[in-house]
Amino acid sequence: MARKVPEVNASSTADIAFLLLIFFLMTTTMNVDTGLTRMLPPMPDPKQKQEDVEVKRRNIFTVLINKSDRLLVRGEPMEVSMLKEKTKEFIMNPNNDPNLAEFEERELPKLGMYRVSKGVVSLQNDRGTSYDMYMKVQNELVAAYNELRNDLSMSVYGKPYGKLSKDEQEVISKAIPMRISEAEPKNVGGK
Amino acid sequence: MAKFERKGKKELQQISTASLPDIVFMLLFFFMVSTTMRETTLMVRAQLPEATEVNKLEKKSLVSYIYIGPPTKQLQAIFGTEPRIQLNDSFKTLDDIRDFIAAEREALKEEEKPLLTTSLKVDKDTRMGIVTDVKQELRKASALKIVYAARKAE
Repeated sequence: MARKVPEVNASSTADIAFLLLIFFLMTTTMNVDTGLTRMLPPMPDPKQKQEDVEVKRRNIFTVLINKSDRLLVRGEPMEVSMLKEKTKEFIMNPNNDPNLAEFEERELPKLGMYRVSKGVVSLQNDRGTSYDMYMKVQNELVAAYNELRNDLSMSVYGKPYGKLSKDEQEVISKAIPMRISEAEPKNVGGK
Repeated sequence: MAKFERKGKKELQQISTASLPDIVFMLLFFFMVSTTMRETTLMVRAQLPEATEVNKLEKKSLVSYIYIGPPTKQLQAIFGTEPRIQLNDSFKTLDDIRDFIAAEREALKEEEKPLLTTSLKVDKDTRMGIVTDVKQELRKASALKIVYAARKAE
């Protein structure tokens, strides 16, 4: 007769598992990293002669933030809440206003000849600007571009921009290029 | 009737705990899969600003972090309250950023080197001066792809 194997006492596995669980709870984090992705302009080559890229005044949308977090957009004070609409209006220039951005006709796949805006958003800030305000303005500018891209992609593909494939996204981003330039920092104002 | 007779004091039935380890293991695996290891201990307070247009960072191995903010409460006695730059596990100065980026780049595979992303985790009460300086250093180190870390606003 085969002898019965004595059963292993398993009551402590729960304790061991709890110990491990608590260890992992303490040492790990769950936060997903999110943020606004940006490309910095490359450092200008000191050997090369600085040739100023001529951009017409009407094609620049200057946004200045001063050290008390106030906005000056194209020479006029403005609230952050207005910035998105103004930026969209500037880029698309629906009424062909001579003060807003120009267009150039460009051949694009799927879209045919498309009027690509020549507008550039130029963002300048002071050393004393708070990071919170800076991010708010960045966010509004990105939001303006994203909304325009979304509108175009809805009318062309019937899907929002985020749901498009890589190639389709490229078409849209060529039609509405995101041009946000951050000026070379100038030392104005105190800390 | 004998059928319904009470048999003195009845003992309470013991609840079986045989499935308890299974439940706990399930929780354990859930946490192991869904979380990531904490790499650095924060020495600065970095309360991120909120933004609506954020996108997720996809490859965490390509991202190096720069923290900027005032030192935490415990460290304020030593380091003061002025915003500081934290790289890895210690406070650093602006000049160290180039070495830091070079080291981070060295750790990546050859084909991934141009994809190096720098995430700036900046406290929202910081002034832009220090952030601008850091950005200039990153340009000098030609680490041009940056992410301004922000929380997603609902």
